[in-house]
Parts: sequence; structure tokens; C-alpha cells
Amino acid sequence: MATDTSAYEEMIKGLWRDNPVFVQVLGMCPMLAVTNSAINAVVMGLATFFVLVGSSFLVSSFKQWIPKQVRISLYIIIIATFVTVVDYSLLALLPTIHKELGAFIPLIVANCMILGRQEAFASKHNVKYAVMDAVGMSAGFMIALFALGSVREILGVGAFFGIDLFGANFEPWVIMILPPGGFLTLGLLLLFFNWFTERRREFLLKVAESSRVAYVDGDK
Amino acid sequence: MMNNKDPKLLLQSAPLLRQELTTPAAMKDVWIALLPATAAALWFFGLSALLLLVTSIAGAVLTEWVFTDKDKRRFAISDTSAGLTGLLLGLTLPPGLPLWMAFLGGSVSIGLGKVIWGGLGTNLFNPALLGRAFLLGTFPIAMTTWGPAGGPGEFFQIHSSNFAWPLMQGQYDALSTATPLGLMKFEHETTALGSLFMGNTAGSIGETSSLFLLLGGLFLLLRRSIDWRIPAAIFLTASLFSLIMLLINGADSNFPSPLFTLFSGGLLLGTFFMATDPVTSPLTPRGCWIFGIGIGFLVVLIRLYGGLPEGMLYAILLMNAATPLIDRYTQPKIFGRKS
Repeated sequence: MATDTSAYEEMIKGLWRDNPVFVQVLGMCPMLAVTNSAINAVVMGLATFFVLVGSSFLVSSFKQWIPKQVRISLYIIIIATFVTVVDYSLLALLPTIHKELGAFIPLIVANCMILGRQEAFASKHNVKYAVMDAVGMSAGFMIALFALGSVREILGVGAFFGIDLFGANFEPWVIMILPPGGFLTLGLLLLFFNWFTERRREFLLKVAESSRVAYVDGDK
Repeated sequence: MMNNKDPKLLLQSAPLLRQELTTPAAMKDVWIALLPATAAALWFFGLSALLLLVTSIAGAVLTEWVFTDKDKRRFAISDTSAGLTGLLLGLTLPPGLPLWMAFLGGSVSIGLGKVIWGGLGTNLFNPALLGRAFLLGTFPIAMTTWGPAGGPGEFFQIHSSNFAWPLMQGQYDALSTATPLGLMKFEHETTALGSLFMGNTAGSIGETSSLFLLLGGLFLLLRRSIDWRIPAAIFLTASLFSLIMLLINGADSNFPSPLFTLFSGGLLLGTFFMATDPVTSPLTPRGCWIFGIGIGFLVVLIRLYGGLPEGMLYAILLMNAATPLIDRYTQPKIFGRKS
């Protein structure tokens, strides 16, 4: 495959068109659990980035030696290796954030987006495309985490990356740093994302019709 | 209909019988029934109440207008259901609440409580209560800071906390007091039934006056706008359950009498105007009984053993969630069909 699409396109699709959170709705567990502040969201995004790129690289490199019958367990072992590296690195470098993220660092193993990319992409493509795909997907994941974390921190605490925005009189939206706020914000972001996509498609269709040019685009 | 003069054969498509009852007409009944309670809210809480009601109605109607298709807007606004949701939400707010929160609440009521489900008639939860639940979860302190009820002389004394800037806290000038339910739960003090009945107590602006709520409820019952089974089931269950708890535990503890249970907090407001919402309550007579019994039981249970002094909000929302299930299991059998 991949004769018609360049490696660049494989990377760029994860940011918006096939965004793992807003389009595929994968990886909801870290998405909802650790996005109560922007910094937690960014660190979680970086950790996922490292794990996904590393394991996509290994899975794609070893794909002809991985027996089909036990492939899932082998993917998990590869992912778990990188998660362990991230776990101990964070413990050494950022102990406070490691404490806040808690069980959700080891739980990256169970992030369905990561396993999904191994099964659906890395095991079928060569190393270059697999890594580009992993970079795009985890960047898209990070963007989504960051958006959710920013909204929740700004409304829930009145701060952004710990910097106070509204002064002492701010009335915090308590619900936003609690789990219901995560669901609420994610739902509203999905709503906004779908609305925007719909609007863009309608606009493109209208342009295509008015200029009577056959409309050919990657967008479906 | 009959504008063809003496037709030999009248051809019409179903429905052949038309009911007089339309959505705006049903809404009008509820507006009229809420007038006494709204008047009582203004009497006891003055201009603050008026401002809160106007703001939450504005939030609800504006949201309905923004999120409705352009060609349906006129109908969506003119059936007055959005305004009614705003009024009901406003009546459940404490008098000192900052106005921007009331606006946000009205907007959430319609946006997350109604429009997102597909508009009027398709929502699972009562929109006004959903808005209140959002406000209670988001601003727990502001939503439980109660000012005392005033008389007519204090009509023009507005709570300064009403005018907080958006996103900012309200500056409370008056001493905050506890509601009768809060006093019962935390201080084990009862409030005289007379003031509960008239409404001269602290509380949400529209919930305090039992007399005027009963007047409105009676009007709805006489007009048959609401199913009598739901209020009957709620009153019977709540009073019976609280009587049993009182008999078991003795009178000197925080277990209130049945009359106190009925007349305090939002029980009457919720029973007549929110639990009976035709969209979110069961359709079958047996279902209405189950629904009402569930609310009556839950409200007393939450008041006695929950963390909050008032339980009407969550009792109704929980039973709203159970409504589709109740409807499915109480469907009458088709005549002649076996089991």
C-alpha cells in the first residue's frame, strides 16, 4: 500500500481528519481521567507520544517475525516495555506530576488507541510510514488532551498552566475538575468538532457545485 | 374544516378528531398556575427575585433561539416552553445568586436539557431540573447560600451579590441563613408550620410558599393538565415514609413530621410543576403510580440520609431516568393477546 499517499499525509491525517479522540473516539480513559489541568494533559500527551512512536517502530520492524496467533500479546509486551521506561523516567524527572497522574501512567498499556495503531497500521506498513502515522496520531491525541485540559483548568480553577487568570474573586466551576466536567467538556468539544466538519463539507460542496468542477477530495 | 358547502362525500385524511389541546395551550395552563407562586416569590424576595427570573428566562429563550433551525424558530419560541423552563429554573434559585449564573443555568437547561436531545418532547430529563443540577454541581457554595425572606417593605433591597461580574464571585451583604430543611438536618430545629405554609422562610425564591404552590397545583388538577396520580403518589409515599421513620426514631431527632416533609423545601414545587412534566413522566396510569412512589420514597431517603438537606432535585431526575423502563413494563396488554 501507500503508493498513492505520501508519508507526510500519513502523519497529517492524525491531527484532524482521523483524529484519534474527536473522530475515532479512542483512548477515552486517559482523556477523561487526567485532563483536569493543562500541564497534566501535556505530560500525559508526551508520554503517550513516546510510547506510541516507540512501539509502532518496533512492531513495524519485527512484523514478519511476529506470529499471527500471539500478535496481540506481543504488541502488549512491546507497549509495556515503553510504558515502563516512561513510568520510571517521569518518576525521576517530574515526581509531583508522576504522583498526580498516578495509576494512569501504567494504564497507558491499556490505551486502545496505541494497540489500535499497532493492529491497524504498524503491523501492515513499513517502518517509515508506521513512525509517521504514530507521530501524527499521538500529536492529534495530544492536541485533544491539551484542549480538554485547558478548558477544564481555566473554568475549574481559573488558571492556565498554574498561572492565575481571573484574580482572587474568581468563582471556580467545581464540576469542571470533577469527572462529570470531563464528560461534559469532551461532549461539547465533540459537538463543536462535528459541527465544524459538517460546515466545512457543506461549504466545499457548495463551492464545487457553483464552479461546476468535479469535486474530488480526500474528505469523505 | 367544513368549508365545502354540503359535500356529497367528505374526504379527509386522519386524524379525523382534533383535540383542542395544543402545546401552547398546555403551556398557558402552567404559566397561569405558576402566577401565584411567582407573585409570592416577588413578595418575599423582592426585586432580586424578579431579576433572577427575568435573567434565567432570557438565558433559556435566547439559547432556544440560537440552537433552533432558522425556519422553526418562530414556532419554537412561540410555544413558550423555553420561557417556562426558564421560569421554573428561576423559581428554584436562591435569592442572592449572581445573575450571570442564572443566565448560564437557563442556557444549560435548554441547551443540554432539551435541544441536544432533539427539542421539545424528546428529552429524557426535566430541563429546568437539569439546569439546576448543573448549577448545584458547578457552584455548590453560591447555590446553597440563602438570604432570609423579607417583607414588602424590603422590596427594593436587592442583594448586591446578584450583580457579580460574569465568572466572579458574588459579594454577599446580608447574613446568610439556613433553610428549614437545613435547620432540621444540621441543627435539629423545626420551623413553624404556619411560616412554611405562607412562605416566610429562607429558601429558593419560588419554593417557600406552600399555600400559593398548592393554589397553582389545584388549578392544574382541576384543568386536568397534569395526571393526579403523580402528586397523589408522591404525597402519600413521602408522608407515609416520613411518618414511619418518625415513629421508629422518635421526635427529638432530625426526623421531621409528615406535614413538615410535605411543606418544606421544593417538594410542592417539584411535585406539581416538574415531576408532572408530560414529556419526562410515564404515560400509563400504573406507571404514574410507580413514578410518584419512587419520587416520594427517594426524596425522604435523600433528605434523611443524604449529604444535602434537600432531595427533590435528584429524586425527580432519578425517576426521569427510570421513566422509559417504567413505560415499557407497564404497557397495557393488547386485548385478546395472551401473556
